[in-house]
Amino acid sequence: MNDLSSKRTLSGTEGESQAQSAGVFSWAADKGFALHRLIMAAIAIAIVLICAAQMRWDWLPEYHELIFEGLWRTLWLLVASVVIGFALALPLGLVQVTGPAILAAPAKAFCNVIRGTPLLLQLWLLYYGLGSVFPAIPEIRDSWLWPYLRQAWPYALLSLTLSFAAYEAEVMRGAFAGVPKGELEAAKAYGFTPWQIFRRVWMPRAIHRALPTLGGEVVLQLKATPLVATITVIDVYGAFTRVRQDAFLTYEPLLLLAFIYMLMAGALVLFFRYMERRIPVK
Amino acid sequence: MDIFSTFFDSLHLLSLEPPGWGGNLLRGLMHSLQIAVGGYALGLLLGVFTACGKLYGGIISKDILGCYTTIVRAVPELVLILLLYYAGTDVINQLMFWLGKDPVNINGLAAGIFVIGIVQGAYSGEVIRGAVLAIPQGQLEAARAYGFTGWQVLRRITLPAMLPYAIPGLANLWLIATKDTALLAVVGFSELTLETRQAAGATRHYMLFYCAAGVLYLLVTLISNHVISRIERWSRRGIYQV
Repeated sequence: MNDLSSKRTLSGTEGESQAQSAGVFSWAADKGFALHRLIMAAIAIAIVLICAAQMRWDWLPEYHELIFEGLWRTLWLLVASVVIGFALALPLGLVQVTGPAILAAPAKAFCNVIRGTPLLLQLWLLYYGLGSVFPAIPEIRDSWLWPYLRQAWPYALLSLTLSFAAYEAEVMRGAFAGVPKGELEAAKAYGFTPWQIFRRVWMPRAIHRALPTLGGEVVLQLKATPLVATITVIDVYGAFTRVRQDAFLTYEPLLLLAFIYMLMAGALVLFFRYMERRIPVK
Repeated sequence: MDIFSTFFDSLHLLSLEPPGWGGNLLRGLMHSLQIAVGGYALGLLLGVFTACGKLYGGIISKDILGCYTTIVRAVPELVLILLLYYAGTDVINQLMFWLGKDPVNINGLAAGIFVIGIVQGAYSGEVIRGAVLAIPQGQLEAARAYGFTGWQVLRRITLPAMLPYAIPGLANLWLIATKDTALLAVVGFSELTLETRQAAGATRHYMLFYCAAGVLYLLVTLISNHVISRIERWSRRGIYQV
């Protein structure tokens, strides 16, 4: 370890001076690939190769179907909870800015309760708590909902959605409040109806203001999804937990899992950066 | 109506003495708070180093710290907790082996503080870095022009001037730390959420215990919010209010 780090510093300083002199290196530096970065990337690739060669990966072929199934379930839960949660967050944020107190107070209370308690506790409250109450109510047992309520994923989706709605409502509250009053007044002066003002001016402007935060919130939501594995929903985390139990391995599945989550988070960040660039600021 | 009456009839289960499980919940809350305080403090320490390294360090240390913050912010806390929990205990036992001593059982409290601290460090580093960058440059230049030493600039200008910018973010991190302790239930550390699950499983009164734990977490949040708003007001003393 010691000589590795000293090698890093040495080559880094060399890289700096070379990058200024040699043509290839200055091109690389212009492109943001300073030599020390290239060397660090090489070290990272070496670490990955050592991991691939030295650790046990023989379980991969056997479990790849389970892993892809889990991956699909994670993405599906993420997209559904973000879309539904955002749809809930719009009215929850709006009533806190304009709504009558009778609507604003419960919306605020909802946000505070959800944001003040751990998601794991909410998930277990819904699954174990409500899940133990429902069978005792004959009206629910006999309804068409029962086949769904017997499974775990509706509880997972519900708690993830409520959590996203509460955090996002807080963001949207700020975004709605931050739209300049003059723009709304101008829309009113042009004879827009309140609904038109909301749909054509207020909401688009608020969403545009909230977009950078929204990207971060979606990454946070992705990081919250593995909790559903604790209520028997097999997402990608749950799939790797099963691998760990079956194959008696500690590190290999966890490292690959961390890598998969990093790829997903990276893809989300790039997607939101692209969206932000597509929507013109002025 | 039946459900509500059983809910209220079972309230005696929350009493502090052994037939009730209230004592267990409070003990779990104490454990959660210990980990939250310890992890937050460790995270703050790591965050100060991370921020200093990213602001004033060389290109190599900047990139390495960038890797640290990026990885921690991209990988779910649950996965990080498992990785750090196993890796941390492994490393310590390897060390013990090299030193010729018997392997030790890692204290759950210490392990919890360690993993929460590592996670918090990445986030608080970013908060502190942003706050230092938000200080108007002119203030620092003025201090240097008056002949302040580096230490004096830090103590009299940088620290007090960055606090109003840093405190909202650091307050958020404290609330995240209190809630992240719940994740340690998954590795079997008996903090509030796991104690609640055990009490609920033993008595079959799930709603009662989960609601009670929710109230305890909410109380922590509300009290924290109250204290934070006072600290925030204190940090803004003497600053012109808009």
